[in-house]
Amino acid sequence: MSYSEKLIDHYENPRNIGSLDKNSGDVGTGLVGAPACGDVMKLQIRVGADGLIEDAKFKTFGCGSAIASSSLVTEWVKGKTIDEAETIKNTDIARHLALPPVKIHCSVLAEDAIKAAIADYRAKTAKKIEEPNTEEPRHAAE
Amino acid sequence: MNVIKQIRRNDQPIYLDYQATTPMDPRVLEAMLPYFTYKFGNPHSRSHSYGWEAEEGVEKARGQVAKLIGADEKEVIFTSGATESNNLAIRGVAEFYKDRKNHIVTTVTEHKCVLDTCRHLEQSGFEVTYLPVQKNGLVDLEVLRNAITDKTVVVSIMAVNNEIGVIQPLEEIGRICREKKVFFHTDAAQAAGKIPLDVEKMNIDLMSISGHKIYGPKGIGALYVRRKPRVRLVPLIVGGGQERGFRSGTLPTPLCVGLGEAAEICMKEMDGEAKRLKKLQERMLEGLQSKLTEIVVNGDLEHRIPGNLNISFAYVEGESLMMGIKGLSVSSGSACTSASLEPSYVLRALGVEEEMAHTSLRIGLGRFTTEQEVDTAVDELVRHVNKLRAMSPLWEMAQEGIDLKSIEWAAH
Repeated sequence: MSYSEKLIDHYENPRNIGSLDKNSGDVGTGLVGAPACGDVMKLQIRVGADGLIEDAKFKTFGCGSAIASSSLVTEWVKGKTIDEAETIKNTDIARHLALPPVKIHCSVLAEDAIKAAIADYRAKTAKKIEEPNTEEPRHAAE
Repeated sequence: MNVIKQIRRNDQPIYLDYQATTPMDPRVLEAMLPYFTYKFGNPHSRSHSYGWEAEEGVEKARGQVAKLIGADEKEVIFTSGATESNNLAIRGVAEFYKDRKNHIVTTVTEHKCVLDTCRHLEQSGFEVTYLPVQKNGLVDLEVLRNAITDKTVVVSIMAVNNEIGVIQPLEEIGRICREKKVFFHTDAAQAAGKIPLDVEKMNIDLMSISGHKIYGPKGIGALYVRRKPRVRLVPLIVGGGQERGFRSGTLPTPLCVGLGEAAEICMKEMDGEAKRLKKLQERMLEGLQSKLTEIVVNGDLEHRIPGNLNISFAYVEGESLMMGIKGLSVSSGSACTSASLEPSYVLRALGVEEEMAHTSLRIGLGRFTTEQEVDTAVDELVRHVNKLRAMSPLWEMAQEGIDLKSIEWAAH
């Protein structure tokens, strides 16, 4: 399959690989996909006191397009508010990386991953307001 | 050897996909060349020396192919390749005997051209039993025996699987078929020239052979059709009645000559080549196993041609691994390399779980593979598997001791 230069660059030099502490109150974790389907993405965001995403990390099991899509969204979400980050569309990812049609689902998964991370972060902060210092955050497997 | 240098240019990746196709042996090319130029005659022309010369080339080749499989030269017909041979063997027999018999037995791990032929026959009223295979990829002989009925016309079981390289117990299958009085067809595209084949000893009635899998040209193959007891076929291609009426059309003389020469070289060098490849296979596997954990060989390692390895690298998706190992040309059982987005049906048939099927690579070694290439391949594979595992959430979870099966994944 022939891939765009941007995609290959993200595959070969992925940005923001790694993990944040999923138990930390300011970290939202999204884990989407399934091993049986051949792709799983873990995407994490850390939200600063000012409401901006100050760090994002990912780990992905999947094809080159899946790795590139998740690498790209970690770049895009940094410095955005979670409301802004939530507006990232899979079509933007697919267009930016020039994904071939059979790989569009990789960009859908990346959008799902960021949404899941945001949802996890929101759930945590909501809990913090209601009942501070309660149990572990849920494992966000979607 | 000067010959080897001609196969790969230095700027090309290392070729490790010998089950997909093989480069032509330069000796084969040399044998073919005159038949493209001054020996260009139609081998079916009887009235002049151009025709006789071409015919001589074709008939010599027929003999070379026959010898490779222990057949008589009159029992070998040329086709365009193993796909045509498989179509002709199965459909031809089924159509000819359809008044008396309407049942075909095959396995779920056959090549698509066998499975698809069977599916088409099902649509026109035949019944087909698709035998499962065991975890090691081999057919269970008792299951086979029980599947054959008095309506069965042919059993079609491949000699060597194209994805996992496992060798089916041909002699035992042949014995059962003879005992039950059904024809035995074997797709030997991946087996001919690699392992000893003997149509008499193995009771094979029909055998498909491919040119380009044995260092011969593409676009040519052969079908062995037994004469005693006689196997009758309805032809797929009709016309001038060439090839005993089984396959009309002017024979492509240079391709026939190439297939013959390739068969002869394989026969002469089979023992030495098999030993050399076995060493390379072991070197590759030991190299990988000594430097990587959690890798699994798919399919039986013992009943296997030495030129094949099919390995799952757990937690690393196959296509992404192939993207990394740019210096190597291999193929993958991962869904992401196929248009269908389904992982390999062969691996699934062995009971390999989907998540492991996605992580598999097929590594094919052959006549021109060197020790140095194997070492380079091991290094490159190890480096990229480690790199991709470092960015795999599944690897991370497994390292943390999380049971991946305990998580409710959403299928998408």
